Amino acid sequence: MFYREAGQFKTNYKADQAIFPILQDKIGLGVILVIAAVIIPFFGNDFFINSIMIPFLIFSLAAIGLNILTGYCGQLSLGTGAFMGVGAYSCYKLVTIFPDVNILIHVLLSGFFAAIVGCVFGLPSLRIKGLYLAITTLAAQFFLEWAFIRVAWLYNYNDSGAIEVPTKTAFGIAVTGASATPMTRYFVVLGIVVALTWVASNVIRGRIGRSWMMIRDMDIAAELMGIKPLNAKLSAFAMSSYYCGVAGALMVFMWLGAAEVESFNINVSFQVLFMVIIGGMGSLIGCFMGAALIFILPIVIRSAPEIVGLNIGAATAEHITQLIIGSLIILFLIVEPHGLARMWQIGKEKLRNWPFPYG
Amino acid sequence: MNAHTKPPAMNLNSGRDDGVAVGEELLSVDNVTLRFGGVTAIEDISFDIRKGEVRAIIGPNGAGKTSMLNVINGFYHPQEGTIRFRGETRTKMKPYEAAASGIARTFQNVALFTGMSTLDNIMSGRSLKMNKNFITQMFYYGPARDEEIEHRRRVEEIIDFLEIAHIRRQPVGKLPYGLQKRVELGRALALEPDLLLLDEPMAGMNLEEKEDMSRFIIDVNQQFGTTIALIEHDMGVVMDLADRVVVLDYGKKIADGIPEEVQASQEVIDAYLGVPH
Repeated sequence: MFYREAGQFKTNYKADQAIFPILQDKIGLGVILVIAAVIIPFFGNDFFINSIMIPFLIFSLAAIGLNILTGYCGQLSLGTGAFMGVGAYSCYKLVTIFPDVNILIHVLLSGFFAAIVGCVFGLPSLRIKGLYLAITTLAAQFFLEWAFIRVAWLYNYNDSGAIEVPTKTAFGIAVTGASATPMTRYFVVLGIVVALTWVASNVIRGRIGRSWMMIRDMDIAAELMGIKPLNAKLSAFAMSSYYCGVAGALMVFMWLGAAEVESFNINVSFQVLFMVIIGGMGSLIGCFMGAALIFILPIVIRSAPEIVGLNIGAATAEHITQLIIGSLIILFLIVEPHGLARMWQIGKEKLRNWPFPYG
Repeated sequence: MNAHTKPPAMNLNSGRDDGVAVGEELLSVDNVTLRFGGVTAIEDISFDIRKGEVRAIIGPNGAGKTSMLNVINGFYHPQEGTIRFRGETRTKMKPYEAAASGIARTFQNVALFTGMSTLDNIMSGRSLKMNKNFITQMFYYGPARDEEIEHRRRVEEIIDFLEIAHIRRQPVGKLPYGLQKRVELGRALALEPDLLLLDEPMAGMNLEEKEDMSRFIIDVNQQFGTTIALIEHDMGVVMDLADRVVVLDYGKKIADGIPEEVQASQEVIDAYLGVPH
């Protein structure tokens, strides 16, 4: 009805190759960005921004990272949590060693350390595939967790073994630490996530992204088209780990404020993997949908009885939440194994053809 | 079987206006032997493929035809013998190096990138010709987009040529088999290869689809001057399309020549029909 491309003719390839070829999609994206950048910071309260929006965006970024590797390049990884940890610990070390440099630069640089580590643990992917590769990334997870505990240099020989975020300013405004307002941190996270999502979408639709998908869909044929598996797989590992690393650095510096090895354990890896699977493999918007379902929905369900005035106790609420989330995951996967993004896409197709069943 | 008789390969260039000289050697396989453990898949085979010709490789099941193609484009490395492509003898070559040197191929069982659209599949064939670096790719607008558009134009020409414009945006996994084969041919053409290896391009097709595919193969050969090596089981197609035919049986070469010679060869007839014991 209102979502239809009738009358929108493309007369050159430039217009045809646009990410959002339909005008309504562009408007939709604009509306979402306005909500994220204007309405949420000025109308949301601190709890909403601090405990929901910031972690949601950070997990979305991590999910994009994993999606690049698993959804686009077809390499299953269970080391996401550890790669996020590498980002967080390197950001911490960078801040310690170069305290005068802008914290934003540190956050963006820390991803490169994660990328290097990701490449090293990505090397086995040249020989092994699928579940077997997942096991080697599991090794990365455990090895790095071990390193975060045993290499005391990483946390500056703290007695607690935790990394604590000092107050850091960027352009004269406190960005991290206790004195930074949730709104400042929100804007920093939003800016980085939007920018990196845009970069990811650019890379994915270009030559490099295509080479990842070629490897994913048919590696033999990809090689025959001149793709070097080494380059394609390791570039996917590098970029994926970079995103996870930045997400990890943001998680500690913009959300938690302090972290120890537990913050990056295998559960985080699984959580991000679920976001990717439920959101949709090989879809950027799916990463946000998956993160919303896995991260935001439990918070909403948990607080729902309280809001409507039911007093059922925290433990019961927690159990009910787990039940509901668990059954929702199963339901979504049965209805659409390709994830929420695919459902969204089908919905849009239907809307385009409406009221006719076929276009 | 011999509805149309083609002139022998040597005379083919007379009728051409594309300037492709038939007769110059493009690829030569010399005494190649390929073993898998104790099994000899290819035994001491030599033949050549000349520039601009359609060279058919035929033989009963298990004769080693596909193995031969796999040797040519670097999936398998023969234990003995050499392969000379464009005058260069190559040692162990990886498939992507073969692609870079100008060899493209289609597969017996369609090996498309099923998750991608027809357009992206054919664009993927342009990968080797695209070289904008990661930084420009990150920002897309600018050099990376110009490059995409430049190659898109070429890809659209191939799409027009193969008459698949209507499925441009469809994921190839959902296409009917005949169209998938066509998309795969398009993807190979996107490499602009010197030598195109086609592994049973007409397997499982009906007559109409076979005629379409034959037309495309002839057009590719004559319009673009692409040299073609073709594996096919449909003898009618082989005899009509091929300039020269090499026949394999149990890994050995049993005949080599123009279609009429091969058809008349007693050894070939025996290999296909069997001999009384």
